[in-house]
Amino acid sequence: MAITKEEVKHVAHLARLEFSEEELETFSEQLADILNYVAKLNELDTTDIEPTYHALKITNVYREDEVKESFPTDEILGNAPERENGFFVVPKVIK
Amino acid sequence: MDFEAVIGLEVHAQLLTKSKIFCSCSTEFGAAPNSHVCPVCCGMPGTLPVLNKRVVDFAIKLALATKARVNPVSVFARKNYFYPDLPKGYQISQYELPLAEGGYIEIEVNGAKKKVGLVRIHMEEDAGKLIHDETRPVSYVDLNRTGVPLLEIVSEPDMRSPEEAVAYLKKLRSILRYLEICDGNMEEGSLRCDANISVRPKGSDKFGTKVELKNMNSFKHVQKALEYEIKRQIALILDGKEVIQETRLFDVSRGVTQSMRGKEEAHDYRYFPDPDLVPIEIDDNWIKEVAETLPELPDAKKERFIKEYNLPEYDAEIITSSRKLAEFFEACAKALPKPKLISNWIMTEVLRELNKEGKEIDETNLTPENFVELLKLLDEGVISSTVAKKIFPEVYKGANPAKIVEEKGLKQESDEAALEALCQKILEANPKEVEKYRQGKKNVIGFFVGQVMRETKGKANPKIVNKILTRLLEQ
Repeated sequence: MAITKEEVKHVAHLARLEFSEEELETFSEQLADILNYVAKLNELDTTDIEPTYHALKITNVYREDEVKESFPTDEILGNAPERENGFFVVPKVIK
Repeated sequence: MDFEAVIGLEVHAQLLTKSKIFCSCSTEFGAAPNSHVCPVCCGMPGTLPVLNKRVVDFAIKLALATKARVNPVSVFARKNYFYPDLPKGYQISQYELPLAEGGYIEIEVNGAKKKVGLVRIHMEEDAGKLIHDETRPVSYVDLNRTGVPLLEIVSEPDMRSPEEAVAYLKKLRSILRYLEICDGNMEEGSLRCDANISVRPKGSDKFGTKVELKNMNSFKHVQKALEYEIKRQIALILDGKEVIQETRLFDVSRGVTQSMRGKEEAHDYRYFPDPDLVPIEIDDNWIKEVAETLPELPDAKKERFIKEYNLPEYDAEIITSSRKLAEFFEACAKALPKPKLISNWIMTEVLRELNKEGKEIDETNLTPENFVELLKLLDEGVISSTVAKKIFPEVYKGANPAKIVEEKGLKQESDEAALEALCQKILEANPKEVEKYRQGKKNVIGFFVGQVMRETKGKANPKIVNKILTRLLEQ
């Protein structure tokens, strides 16, 4: 399976990463290698096999609907580069 | 060429749980910014989400109420995208195995009943709230809403007009409120609606290019935005232009939809099962347990009210649109077997006050006891309907009607001798009007009744006054 540079660029953009032309070249080769390696699994016949949604066999893990104390706002904002009146401040996003 | 619209709705309903979906932070609305946040909901590395069981209970409730199939195995998935209101960089949602699929909601528009199919109902977490600064190029982020549980309800593209879309939304809201799982407040955003809409020549079975509409915060906005969008798309087609698949925002102040630029690239959410959460298995016992908590739903209640209380369909529809109002009606009808009188008063006086204040009946001081007492006083002829209407606002605020009538001396005057004397006096004082009546302008009688009512401050029994006046004038 071949991975084009455009595809690498697209995936990189989704992860907000930027690469040089050389890097794009390298990664398209490496990603193709990885996918080809994993593609080996496609040789297995999985017709009657339930998909694995989780590696653990357990299901139904819950908590009851109870409120516990949240963290102090100061601590929540502790890593924020900028804050104001209890808000995180970020560059303007227009929706 | 005749066109028809094809509309599907995607509704997000905020659930009325006490705590968030994956952590124990409070879901309370209106708290100080970032005061209901913990490492789990703000996405700190190393934390793990744990599902709130009540969210699943609520989701099953809605599935049962809409006859949807609850999937025996349900899985959470990560929906990946970057936005400042989404601290983890992904939203925990459901993709491949949603909680429920299928089902329908029945609507009625202009007397025609129709089932609107549901594609799916799934559970997910809400994102935070962004406030954009008007003067500086910054946005403020409040993560209190992050992790508040939502149900997403996706309909089939079964609606053909804005009216049908609004009817669907109203019915869904009514069901959510009957189930007491969502307060349905569109202005506060606890019920949000996006629409997919396309147009096509009437009778065609192909779909046109669809547009996604957002930012509709009330039933009126939904109606207006869809109406505008239908016109816009038809005009494009008639002009030989193409409808572009895009997301458009409803501009409330101008009543138009506008392209949402900058988000043109196709969504690529790269969903995958969330390894932090184990699958949910829902067996028949669990479903049975939830089924036992289901209340009578709006449609069933409406049918019953028509049969049991002989209410016109219109009355039954309005009164059962709110569970609280329906319960109020029923409490009254049990105490006073005059359902039509009660419903008339609910649909006029009571709803006027409720709409004015934007309240539900149980948020007011109007009790069934006081309301029934007022209607009894009216029904038994102790007070006139003018007086009843006049004192209603006080009764609505919690006052006892018998006490008001007693204290203010508002008992209806039914003493014929006394009323006759008064009528006589008024006829004598208005010879011109009497002449008009005798010349055949019979409706002048309304003027005389009005005068008598004024003299008696609304206390005269209008039926008796009418009778006396007619007799005197015909002499």
